[in-house]
Amino acid sequence: MHELSIMQSALSMALDQARQAGARQVLVIRLRIGALSGVAPDALQFAFEVLAPGTLAEKAELAIEPVPARFWCADCRREFVSDDLFAECPGCHRPSGELRAGRELEVASLEIE
Amino acid sequence: MCENCGCGSTAEEPIGISARHDAHEHEHGPGHEHHHDHSHEAPPGTPASAGSTHDHDPGHGHSHEASHSHSHEAAGPDSSHAEAAEARRTLEVRRAILDKNDRLAERNRGFFRARGLLVLNVLSAPGSGKTAFLRETVRTLAPHLKAGVIVGDLATDNDAQRLRETGAPVVQITTGTVCHLEARMIARAVAQLDLDGLQLLIIENVGNLVCPASYDLGEDLRVVLLSVTEGEDKPLKYPPMFQAADVVVTSKIDLALACGYDRDLALACLRRIAPRARLFETSARTGQGMDQWREFLIRQSAERKARDPLGPEL
Repeated sequence: MHELSIMQSALSMALDQARQAGARQVLVIRLRIGALSGVAPDALQFAFEVLAPGTLAEKAELAIEPVPARFWCADCRREFVSDDLFAECPGCHRPSGELRAGRELEVASLEIE
Repeated sequence: MCENCGCGSTAEEPIGISARHDAHEHEHGPGHEHHHDHSHEAPPGTPASAGSTHDHDPGHGHSHEASHSHSHEAAGPDSSHAEAAEARRTLEVRRAILDKNDRLAERNRGFFRARGLLVLNVLSAPGSGKTAFLRETVRTLAPHLKAGVIVGDLATDNDAQRLRETGAPVVQITTGTVCHLEARMIARAVAQLDLDGLQLLIIENVGNLVCPASYDLGEDLRVVLLSVTEGEDKPLKYPPMFQAADVVVTSKIDLALACGYDRDLALACLRRIAPRARLFETSARTGQGMDQWREFLIRQSAERKARDPLGPEL
């Protein structure tokens, strides 16, 4: 259910923007979804198929750009990417606490005509 | 609407806020205006009532957060778009799906900081002992810090009643079917609290380890409770909640022996997912560990005031 309501918000945000820009239809909706956002892209895709019919985005493609989780190790002063929730710094093997990216739930852009 | 679990309700109307012991009419001092229903745009996904008809106060500057289409597309809302509509074009949106809540939370944060208030957002699964822990916290802190409490629950004001026994001002938010608190609800509830003389504001969130993790309320510290009866590996099962924790409190530590609590394992799990969180082990019933927790809050409050550019007096 979780993804259905997120998709609903994202879609209406997209439709509003498209309408304001005078679009006849939406061709692509691009979302940025962080690896640690707790949202599954497949489920968003499914939700989109349920919600899009009858809207300007009926024929749109949903393009989901995954945003990898990026952590910062304050000891080694380096950033590292990991899809593991329990990320360890590859330098010192200590767990990192500072998440710099990876929780995004964002409507990035639209292709309209 | 809850973006997370689809609980289907909006935070707009069904929310009840009661501060029954303190039925004063409230006026708002400078720095707190009744803007709760206002935002620059009606973020899609919120019901049409959420701001489709709103006025702008004079002096209310527009920022670029209200992501309108960019002018180089030559197809503003009112312009004729006959030509442009033929062409395929890109609209940059770049907006967080929870954008509106985040901005309301920042407004709350600014308001709290200007008052030198230390604000805690206290989260846990139902039944972890939040209310008992907070009651004990507020009661024993009273000689050092005066606290007010905002309590969120789906229904009843039982928790508020229990907290009022401490003598602290308490506002209950009943969320109806909404499974978490949102920044907007906090702004409304705060309007019911007499903040003068308070140094600490505690927000007891709805018991839920999933959805509230996504909603910033404007707090300084996220405090997540985990009781010894819930299983040592719980932080690994609910990573977003624990990852966002500034403080993790192990509660009901007096029951550790009875339920075969493996402390080393529990701490190892916590350290993996929340390596930088401050940890406390407490029992509201026996008072164990409450001293350290109390001292921590007193220190945090002093730091909050020292950091605030407006200073401790306002």
